[in-house]
Amino acid sequence: MRTHRISAALALTAAIVLTASACGGGDSGGSNSSPKTLTYWASNQGSSLENDKQVLEPELKKFEQQTGIKVNLEVIPWSDLLNRILAATASGQGPDVLNIGNTWSASLQATGALLPFDQATFDKIGGKDRFLESTIASAGAKGKDPAAVPLYSMAYGLYYNKKLFQAAGIANPPATWEELVEDGKKLTSGDKYGLAIEGGNVSENVHHAFTLGMQHGTGFYDASGKPTFDSPEAVAAVKQYVDFIANDKIAAPGNAEYAANQSVTDFATGKAAMLMWQSAGANLKSHGMNPDDYGVVPVPAPAGATGDKATTSMVAGINLAVFKNTKNLDGALNFVKFMTSDEEQKTLNGTYGSLPPVKAAQSDAAFSTPELQTLAGVLQKSAAPLPQVPSESQFETLVGTAVKNLLASAAAGKPITEATVKDELSKAQQQMPAS
Amino acid sequence: MPEKVIDRQAAGTGKEAAPQGAAPARRRLRDKFGRGALPYLLLLPALLAELLIHLVPMVTGIVMAFKQLTQFFIRDWSSAPWSGFDNFEVALEFNAPVGKALLHSFWVTCMFTVLSVGLSWLIGVTASIFTQDAFRGRGLLRAAFMLPYALPVFAAVITWSFMFQRDTGLINHVLHDQLHLTDDKPFWLIGDNSFWALLTVSVWKSWPFAFLTLTAGLQNIPRELYEAAALDGAGVWQQIRRITLPSLRPVNLVLVLVLFLWTFNDFNTPFVLFGKSAPQAADLISIHIYQSSFITWNFGQGSAMSVLLLLFLLLVTAVYLFATNRRREEAE
Repeated sequence: MRTHRISAALALTAAIVLTASACGGGDSGGSNSSPKTLTYWASNQGSSLENDKQVLEPELKKFEQQTGIKVNLEVIPWSDLLNRILAATASGQGPDVLNIGNTWSASLQATGALLPFDQATFDKIGGKDRFLESTIASAGAKGKDPAAVPLYSMAYGLYYNKKLFQAAGIANPPATWEELVEDGKKLTSGDKYGLAIEGGNVSENVHHAFTLGMQHGTGFYDASGKPTFDSPEAVAAVKQYVDFIANDKIAAPGNAEYAANQSVTDFATGKAAMLMWQSAGANLKSHGMNPDDYGVVPVPAPAGATGDKATTSMVAGINLAVFKNTKNLDGALNFVKFMTSDEEQKTLNGTYGSLPPVKAAQSDAAFSTPELQTLAGVLQKSAAPLPQVPSESQFETLVGTAVKNLLASAAAGKPITEATVKDELSKAQQQMPAS
Repeated sequence: MPEKVIDRQAAGTGKEAAPQGAAPARRRLRDKFGRGALPYLLLLPALLAELLIHLVPMVTGIVMAFKQLTQFFIRDWSSAPWSGFDNFEVALEFNAPVGKALLHSFWVTCMFTVLSVGLSWLIGVTASIFTQDAFRGRGLLRAAFMLPYALPVFAAVITWSFMFQRDTGLINHVLHDQLHLTDDKPFWLIGDNSFWALLTVSVWKSWPFAFLTLTAGLQNIPRELYEAAALDGAGVWQQIRRITLPSLRPVNLVLVLVLFLWTFNDFNTPFVLFGKSAPQAADLISIHIYQSSFITWNFGQGSAMSVLLLLFLLLVTAVYLFATNRRREEAE
């Protein structure tokens, strides 16, 4: 009896394995079999998911009036978006059009789930030249057709509190790191600090590590696309960032566990005098900080640096992609064209406090505030895309976590030396897949 | 005695109530499917549902563990190359970084589970014994004890994460500002202390379940036993040792096993408390596997680790059941 049961179970298992491996995976290529509807996954750009709906719904109505295509909107929080995209990729059942974080472009491009924007596709939406070059560079791996088009752009700037600077007798905001550290020390006393950083946030950490890495001469990958996380340049870059807590002591040790935008709050409430952030304006306003109270300049760079070494920000932003399995290819491209049109770009970026990646839309008055002018300048002149390689998401997680660990030991008062930094980065590098 | 009566009645009605023509029909059905097939036939829908809900995902996971399922293949994962035992080898190579990290995570999880289950059980058993005798406000107290169990995990753990914040959290306010127990405000959510923070939340979250189960178990112990023991001169401590604990044995067996499995696999608590990348001191295996698959997009690797985890838990469960069964047989 028992052997019967076991063999039956085995047979059943085998049957399941066979059926399981037979299905899975979707058919390739899009079609136009349902031309009247589109599903759009939007990322969370406003203050809440509800707020995003209020911003987007009227625009989608406009699109429906123009084309007769009804767009079903779903706003997805950042914590879920990537997992949802991966699930959609694995099952082949996804939206038609979707927002992606632009740093994921190359990683998602490698899955083959997104429609490549070749010349012909770009022509359908009005051409590649309408977009800023640096934003197109952050939409896919070099030498490949972009996997998405830029939708909203952002860049890092150094936000400084004018009153605190005045009180400390500092005339101009810092332009080099030496000046930043010097000013930071002047601004640090008691429970007030010169700089606030978001040390528990893996993404923020890796963004700053990347900018500093570029200034030291490394993009964390070599020319052949192999990771070089623990190169001397990378070690120097990461150490410089960790030293804000460890040696310079211009950032509060408590910053090491900040992961819920507490650094923005600290800056807005005057507990810290400087903050490196991307498009913080709307956020600061919600904390009651008046735009007149702060100034924005590019993040410092080494004195006299040029080219890549003068990088002061990553190209931050959101891209718009078309899911390859779409059942409404023409409609999807039509929608992309609509969303990247000058008018929509002005409306949407204006509402969200981001910058339009479309050149023609940037001249609008909405983007002429001192903050956005500075950030637009950064985006044009000194911003570089994060490594556009398939393993980018691993890079973000592993290096960001390494920096987080280092900040944690610095905050606990452990000494941070080149050796400890290199050790942590080597560990990160070793966890990269061998291939 | 009453059982027997019911038995006989049931048998009697069965025989008498069946109409004359039904018996041959039933016999024919039985002939057709062979003796004893009918119960299995009736179980079939349930079995199919079980297969669909539990077994298929498990088997799919096991299949994935033998594939090189990275981001390049998830779109059409039947095209992912078979990788044999490569994923397992990487996970089990304890000198290399991936295996080393997994082993570290495994030890952290073992320590965490033993401490969490032990403390949850201890607090649960203490509380249930204290509330065994009726007193004014007992119902209220029991309800209050159950609160952590009734709260949604996310809401509860996110509150803990606020309390554990270094500069503004309640814990440091009490420990440092009011009691002056520490010279400097310690970190709880990063660094080595994160283990104790995680343990605290875990015990807080799971002891009410132990309390509930043990309270139910206590209801089955006849009062006469205690009365007799008291007459014989046994103190409270002896009563607990000689009556309460042995009577709770069957409950404890299941309780500890269930708590062990839940705690070992707990994902929600560390994920809500620490986010995507847990500090090394609190790198529980479930979070570690999540990182190895979802964040680094290497699903084959993550599946292989999950399969290893499954094997380990099966082994522990089997040994546990075997050992406890044998002890019971010896005792009888």
